[in-house]
Amino acid sequence: MARITLDHIRHAYGPNPTSDAAYALREVDHEWADGGAYALLGPSGCGKTTLLNIISGLLLPSHGRILFDGNDVTNLSTQERNIAQVFQFPVIYDTMTVYDNLAFPLRNRGIAEADVDRRVREMLEIIDLSDWSKRRARRLTADQKQKISLGRGLVRNDVNAILFDEPLTVIDPHMKWVLRSQLKRLHKQFGFTMVYVTHDQTEALTFADKVVVMYEGQIVQIGTPAELFERPSHTFVGYFIGSPGMNVMPAQIDGSAIRLGNETIALDYAPNVAAGDKVELGIRPEFIRIGREGMPVTIARVEDIGRRKIVRASLAGQPIAIVASEDTELPAEPRVRFDPLALNIYANSWRVGREA
Amino acid sequence: MLEMRNVAKMVGGEYHIHPTRLAFDRGSLNVLLGPTLSGKTSLMRLMAGLDRPTSGSVVFDGTDVTGVAVQKRNVAMVYQQFINYPTLTVYENIASPMRIAGKDAATIDREVRKAAELLRLVPYLDRTPLNLSGGQQQRTALARALVKNAGLVLMDEPLANLDYKLREELREELPRIFAQSGAIFVYATTEPSEALLLGGNTATLSEGRVTQFGPTIDVYRRPADLVTAKTFADPPLNFIDVVKTGVSFQYQGTDSLAVPTHLSDVPDGPVTIAFHPHHLGLAAQTANSARLKAQTQISEITGSESFVHMNYNGVRWVMLAPGIHDIDPDTEIEIFLDTRHLMAFGTDGRAIAAAA
Amino acid sequence: MEKTWNNKAWFLVLPVLLLVAFSAVIPLMTVVNYSVQDTFGNNEFFWAGTDWFDEILHSARFWEALQRNLVFSFIILALEIPLGIFIALNMPKKGLGVPICLVLMALPLLIPWNVVGTIWQVFGRVDIGLLGHTLAALGIDYNYVRDPLDAWITVVVMDVWHWTSLVVLLCYAGLVSIPDAYYQAAKIDGASRWSVFRYIQLPKMKRVLLIAVLLRFMDSFMIYTEPFVVTGGGPGNSTTFLSIDLVKTAVGQFDLGPAAAMSIVYFLIILLLSWIFYTVMTSHDADA
Repeated sequence: MARITLDHIRHAYGPNPTSDAAYALREVDHEWADGGAYALLGPSGCGKTTLLNIISGLLLPSHGRILFDGNDVTNLSTQERNIAQVFQFPVIYDTMTVYDNLAFPLRNRGIAEADVDRRVREMLEIIDLSDWSKRRARRLTADQKQKISLGRGLVRNDVNAILFDEPLTVIDPHMKWVLRSQLKRLHKQFGFTMVYVTHDQTEALTFADKVVVMYEGQIVQIGTPAELFERPSHTFVGYFIGSPGMNVMPAQIDGSAIRLGNETIALDYAPNVAAGDKVELGIRPEFIRIGREGMPVTIARVEDIGRRKIVRASLAGQPIAIVASEDTELPAEPRVRFDPLALNIYANSWRVGREA
Repeated sequence: MLEMRNVAKMVGGEYHIHPTRLAFDRGSLNVLLGPTLSGKTSLMRLMAGLDRPTSGSVVFDGTDVTGVAVQKRNVAMVYQQFINYPTLTVYENIASPMRIAGKDAATIDREVRKAAELLRLVPYLDRTPLNLSGGQQQRTALARALVKNAGLVLMDEPLANLDYKLREELREELPRIFAQSGAIFVYATTEPSEALLLGGNTATLSEGRVTQFGPTIDVYRRPADLVTAKTFADPPLNFIDVVKTGVSFQYQGTDSLAVPTHLSDVPDGPVTIAFHPHHLGLAAQTANSARLKAQTQISEITGSESFVHMNYNGVRWVMLAPGIHDIDPDTEIEIFLDTRHLMAFGTDGRAIAAAA
Repeated sequence: MEKTWNNKAWFLVLPVLLLVAFSAVIPLMTVVNYSVQDTFGNNEFFWAGTDWFDEILHSARFWEALQRNLVFSFIILALEIPLGIFIALNMPKKGLGVPICLVLMALPLLIPWNVVGTIWQVFGRVDIGLLGHTLAALGIDYNYVRDPLDAWITVVVMDVWHWTSLVVLLCYAGLVSIPDAYYQAAKIDGASRWSVFRYIQLPKMKRVLLIAVLLRFMDSFMIYTEPFVVTGGGPGNSTTFLSIDLVKTAVGQFDLGPAAAMSIVYFLIILLLSWIFYTVMTSHDADA
């Protein structure tokens, strides 16, 4: 396993990029810890796949270097980097048995057959396919095939990193749960460095220790799931993480108070915003209490989605989403309260911290 | 109204669709929910007239349309893949069904602009589909289906190939669009959360059989049998096999659970209890919550909530608890079960009583 | 899957059915008719029963020609299929090279059979042909008119030159349909070039290869024009294939009856062998 250093990496697909917009990947300069589980999260076209391909060696970055454990691997091929990768669609060798599929990467590296057998059997056990080992891989279901792809990566215990490119896209929701927690367990068990690309926040948040949120070729925030949820550093992170996303409303700062239309909310600090900045208040739907106290809201509609209710309302003329538990009774004259610890202030879309 | 009267489809002596009775009202939204290969697409093909049923009849507004070719019926379809004419502009794509129908230019222009407005495509009318994002492409396909003014609009996992966040936004818009159109909408999906967000009615499918049909939230809250309950749960349900004796559920003679009032009519004997992961918690939800002990396996954190996988006396359960709980594996924890929402199923898999 | 039940669909295929009837069924029936009769011209026919079939199946000339056909088809398949795969594997997958290679590959396929024959007939001649002359200059004794081996080599090389492109194009179509992820995964698994071919490319090409083998077998088994133009079936009878023999019998000697019987036997052999090829090659799909 290896520590991955992304040293001032930039990439443009066209030659001679002139503006920032021409770069599919703008400056990325980070170090990812050995044994960490990282998720690259963002909408399509945000550059996450570009970054993954640079790490795997399928793409040579226009600028910058990539290092594994301090060794420059920028010009090494995928094979030489010694990584494993699981793709969006299961890649299996149709004509081989499940067993041979798993043994393939080991045999290619000239490992003794006794060792191959031991490791393949172990892996079959882990991915729960022991009973299928003698079957041809072709007739298996999508999730079984994806488990084989995964197993082929994990069976080599010497890889520097395992990369996942939206591996659960073709899997049914029920199987997603099983595969995801299996993956998580494997990570805890073996401590591989893992990089996981996805546009699905649930996958990213449950899988990773650190989530890398990307937007328009830039990394907008790297943080633990809790950090991304509680203190999104950019309004995009607030919007993208969480379902529904964070409520972001235009506001004014008045010393240590926020004004939202006619409503005023007191803060215990004075956010440092410059005159002329676009100021916004961010609050997650989960941190709004609906009841008989606080600011009056008008309810537009209530979506009962089973385990909770999403209340679509308007507060001081602004649309607002509120999450309430399934047993919540909505009062006739509803009012809302914001959790003071969950308020985020944004100036020009970037978060203004308490410390600033 | 679209009625499926005992419609069945056999292929090679095997039922692909077991005899099915369904009736969809005008202006209604109907979700077909089931895993891959459960028969959603086959059922839609029968509704559209792309396939002829082996037995039974399809009745549209009182007229038997069984065997009437799809071209002669007023049906529109939207697929998982974004299907548009690649060389035509968005405007022409939307206009195409009306051009075929020979409508005059003024009508076409009016209808196209109306549909574009509804689906927020006005800025893209002059572009070709290849210069659009996935969401815009699918909205174009949707607009084309709407202007056709079809009595029946069939959508086969239309959002499956879209980014998570886009999917969330379109899902929110769809009920509004459907409400304005007045056609019968049938929407196939593998995701329970999608069915809940869309609302309307839901028919759950399993192995070519419609297991239950009714208002979406009712099917979710009161599944008629175990198969339906499993199909309509994301995250998956937790189960436990108990024996009811008087006022308690006995589990393997070691643990017992007070029977909640809504299940007091359940006859004594073996019962399968099912409940959703969010009905387990680390703190008592009500005074009557049952207190149990379990071994943790792995925790997954989504930012605001945690999925804790655990082993309760040899049974695998998942708890969805608010807040962040990264509990070490193999820890004994105390958990609370909110018994107000328990569902009970007999040995035949039929629901005995469900939560109110 | 049953899709339509509209009887009008038959009207749409009717023209094709009529065409097939005129081009295949009616001539075939005529041949069957001839094969059981004898004629001396003047449109007078006499019932001959299975005599002609008897005669053919007991004639050494027929069996020798059949043997030549089998050997020829075997050599053609053994050369063209591997060569076609090899060329397809080495063709560029993207860039300007693709259209250039495709056009180059398609060129031989566009030339009519008899022209191919004529080209090679001239090309191989020792007195004026570039190939024949060069070989003679190099001291190699090459003369397809005199030496049966030289005649065979000429016919085989000509066919390989003419038809390998077809195998290449089919294989190439199969190869480009393999998603990139497979190659990437193989690289990551440390697969050798041979493993990539054996476990990814070959399985994915199987369907098109089946078509290629069938087409090339049927075509080579029915070879006529090229040897007719180049060698005329000689020297001796060394390149007299069934088709050439057939034409000699029918047109040369005007023995319509034996020729018809021969046609039918010939037809049945092709049918049988094609069926065997198809069954053997698809049997792997059935197991799991």
